[in-house]
Amino acid sequence: MALVIYAGAAQFMAVGLIQSGAGLLEIALLTLIMNARHMVYGLSLLEPFSKAGRWKPYLIFGLTDETYGLLTTIEPPPDLDKTKFYAAITVLNQVYWFVGCMVGSLVGSAFLFNTTGLDFALTALFIVLLVDQVRAVKKPEPYLAALLGCVLALFISPKNFLLVALVISTGALALLRERIEGRPRGTASQGVSEKSKQDSEEKGDRP
Amino acid sequence: MTYFVLVCLVMGLVTYFTRALPFLFFSVRKPPELLDFLQKYLPAVVMAILVFSMYKDIDFRAAPYGIPALVAGAITALLHLWKRNVLLSIGAGTAAYIIFIRII
Repeated sequence: MALVIYAGAAQFMAVGLIQSGAGLLEIALLTLIMNARHMVYGLSLLEPFSKAGRWKPYLIFGLTDETYGLLTTIEPPPDLDKTKFYAAITVLNQVYWFVGCMVGSLVGSAFLFNTTGLDFALTALFIVLLVDQVRAVKKPEPYLAALLGCVLALFISPKNFLLVALVISTGALALLRERIEGRPRGTASQGVSEKSKQDSEEKGDRP
Repeated sequence: MTYFVLVCLVMGLVTYFTRALPFLFFSVRKPPELLDFLQKYLPAVVMAILVFSMYKDIDFRAAPYGIPALVAGAITALLHLWKRNVLLSIGAGTAAYIIFIRII
């Protein structure tokens, strides 16, 4: 998992989905939405990666939240080949991640006592991630859209709950777009949008 | 086992797709605004749905009325609001749940 998927939140999600035997289509869609933020990351690295040659496919693969943060914050030393610098950061990040995952799974399988109830850790993880989201997105609409999707999905198709809830919620969210963006308020996620806007403006300025 | 391998492959491919997308399409054009809007707010929606899905199969009409999961969930959320420590929130919440289901 750590080698092929290499995405923290998605890997955690995979544990729960595999356990509940979710369909491949559901999993693909959830992964797509979970990692949708990555679609924006590449925008600010189009230029630096353009000269990366054979490293480029791997650099794109390794573009996690953490790697993105490092690559866009640290300025490569002038006497060093930029591509090698980027590649070193990306490779090191994945090595740390891989070692961490291995240690975790070995320690995990060494548990021999009664683990009934330990599965609540997954619920707790989702709650923690939700709390972090609430901190960043201080608007009620996304959560109302999610609640609407969940309740409707329970009636429409409990078997494909995640998929149906997701489709309805996304639709509701898109419909609420003007309401959500019409109220200018300082939220953490707005920083992201301003940054990507800047990036695209810079691109437009180039001849 | 094959299911596990398939899930890994699908998730790996989709993840790579999301990371490669800007390099494929937006090297010349600007990304559509709707995509920018959705990527900002969808993670919040997804998390809310995932939390809901963990609670949806609990029978709230029969004892113990889902109390262990609800209280342990509240403990997790409050701890995380207060201390912002992921391991502490998950550890304490899970420990509370394990204790509750054994005594209630």
